[in-house]
Amino acid sequence: MHPREQLREKALAAAAKAAAIGEDIDLSQYQRTAPPQSPMAEADLCSLPQADLDRLLLGGVDVKSQERGGTYIMKDTSVLHCSSKQEGVEVLPIRQALEHHPWIWDYYWKAVAVDADKYTASVELDLHDGYVIRALPGSKTIFPIQACLYMDQDKLQQNVHNIIIAEEGSELHIISGCVTSEHMRSGVHAGVSEFYVKKGAKLSFTMIHNWAEEMKVRPRSAAIIEEDGLFLSNYICMKPVRSLQMYPTATLAGPGAVARFYSIMVGTPITDIDAGSRVILNHPHCRAEIVSRAITGGGKIMARGHLVGNAPDIKAHLECRGLILGGGAMLAVPQLDGFVDGVEMSHEAAVGKIAQEEILYLQSRGLTEDEATATIVRGFLSVDIPGLPPQLQAEIDRAVQATNEESM
Amino acid sequence: MLVVEDLAVELGDRLLLKHIDLEIPPGETHILFGPNGSGKTSLLMTIMGYPQYKVVGGKITFKGVDITRASIDERARLGIGMSFQRPPTIHGLKTRQMISLCAGGDQPDLEEMAERVNFAAFLDRDVNAGLSGGEIKRSELLQLMAQKPDLLLFDEPESGVDMENIALVGHTIAELLQKDGDLALPGAKTIRQSRKARTKMGLIITHTGYILDYLEADKGYVLYDGVLSCGNNPREILHCVGQYGYEECVRCTLENN
Repeated sequence: MHPREQLREKALAAAAKAAAIGEDIDLSQYQRTAPPQSPMAEADLCSLPQADLDRLLLGGVDVKSQERGGTYIMKDTSVLHCSSKQEGVEVLPIRQALEHHPWIWDYYWKAVAVDADKYTASVELDLHDGYVIRALPGSKTIFPIQACLYMDQDKLQQNVHNIIIAEEGSELHIISGCVTSEHMRSGVHAGVSEFYVKKGAKLSFTMIHNWAEEMKVRPRSAAIIEEDGLFLSNYICMKPVRSLQMYPTATLAGPGAVARFYSIMVGTPITDIDAGSRVILNHPHCRAEIVSRAITGGGKIMARGHLVGNAPDIKAHLECRGLILGGGAMLAVPQLDGFVDGVEMSHEAAVGKIAQEEILYLQSRGLTEDEATATIVRGFLSVDIPGLPPQLQAEIDRAVQATNEESM
Repeated sequence: MLVVEDLAVELGDRLLLKHIDLEIPPGETHILFGPNGSGKTSLLMTIMGYPQYKVVGGKITFKGVDITRASIDERARLGIGMSFQRPPTIHGLKTRQMISLCAGGDQPDLEEMAERVNFAAFLDRDVNAGLSGGEIKRSELLQLMAQKPDLLLFDEPESGVDMENIALVGHTIAELLQKDGDLALPGAKTIRQSRKARTKMGLIITHTGYILDYLEADKGYVLYDGVLSCGNNPREILHCVGQYGYEECVRCTLENN
């Protein structure tokens, strides 16, 4: 039997399987088809309606920028544009890869289980498309590759499967934006992402979410990092989203491998976010760090973190900080599992409010109470991420800044 | 001019300050002595406007404006600034940004200003994060240099400062208070004119009196158990306290009253 058929069988068996955590979404309420889009040349992207370009920009995707090494844009169910300007980096739609590149079968559903739940199953059964980004051995990206999953049709369920491979000794930076159009209200986004970081490679993946208010989102991500590899994952979600549940997992599969997760989340009153990160440390000298900052302004945010130490001489730290500003619920659930002698794991979790003392201190320097509060919140959300290229740090800062100006 | 009249202040349910009268005219710097827990910091915090210090009697006037009920930032914008003893750490806010916020409209040359208080190496640190006592003092000074208040409140500015930096801190405070002996103030031709040209006011809490080596203070007080007494030469007070202790100082005052 062809592997695709085996996968299909497994997926069919899991088609109704609820996820282990998070609200169970009734997928029958959503359509899985949309009118196909015709592909556009890079030069034509600039002629997209300004409203669309503005939305893309919110996801960190700048079609006019010279400082991008490649671009992938998917609108609803089809690929709008796919190109690489960078030598040593391949960017291609996953459907094309499945048809023409047999090597993809070494990676397709090898990190995430196709039958994990109904969302992974659905992505296999009704795959729309997705990107494959591969940095060839020893290649170094100068500018980040940008990818955008854009949704425009109301009531659509978008099914995406991405595979990212950093071959031995390569360095790859990706910014991936998920954005809905201005008029879109509700829909489902199911996105599978599988990351493979080979020996000595370095991969940074920065994901910015800008959803519509009634969107339900189920990312399913996993990363496998080999000896001395580095996986850096940044996640930013600062716009209203109805329901988001994810628990990306990195497996450190060789000595000296490193994974770092940084998440910044802001919840509005309608929001229900359940987001965590998990790192499994299987070899000596592996290291992991999970940092999350969350603010709720009325909604519910569950910030999880899980470190599993399976080998001696590993070091890992988990830091979860949340602020409740004006109602809502903030739950921090850190978990540490050590299974052998010689592991070193720690966590730090805090849920609270802005310290009055800090507001008063800034007021004594001439700021009004509102200005002082906004300044402290901006500081709370600003996280220094080591190893991130300046363009990406700038995108993150811009996303944080934009939200602050809107909400404060 | 700062005028404090018959001020009574409560913290929680405890009466901390009683019948405080104090006047600082433009150009003058006054010194506040007193044992630990006597209410010195409370007096400064009350003048700055910290809401937990509840004014239950009397009033505070600054530049002719009754500020007894004004918020902290209103007072700051009117020209009051304070150097705190233990300011909070603000995560994610760089000292560089903080100085910029203090300066408000006209932005100073940050690097040059920081260099002057030996603080350039800390500009990219979060505000007060991991600073030693002496470093905090220099950070506070830097913020006041940018803020340029007319009334400066110093809570033990020399405590925790190492020998190498004590002169730097002393001279900087003198400069901020126009007491640095530089008599050539703009437009002033004679010493008398220069004295008159001074506008800055200062109120400094000190235990050691080291600060008096760097500036000429106009008046000193002893705060004891919430009551302000003695309006004497600050050096004399320091000498008296050193020799006879605070209690004797206060008894002397009571007798004089």
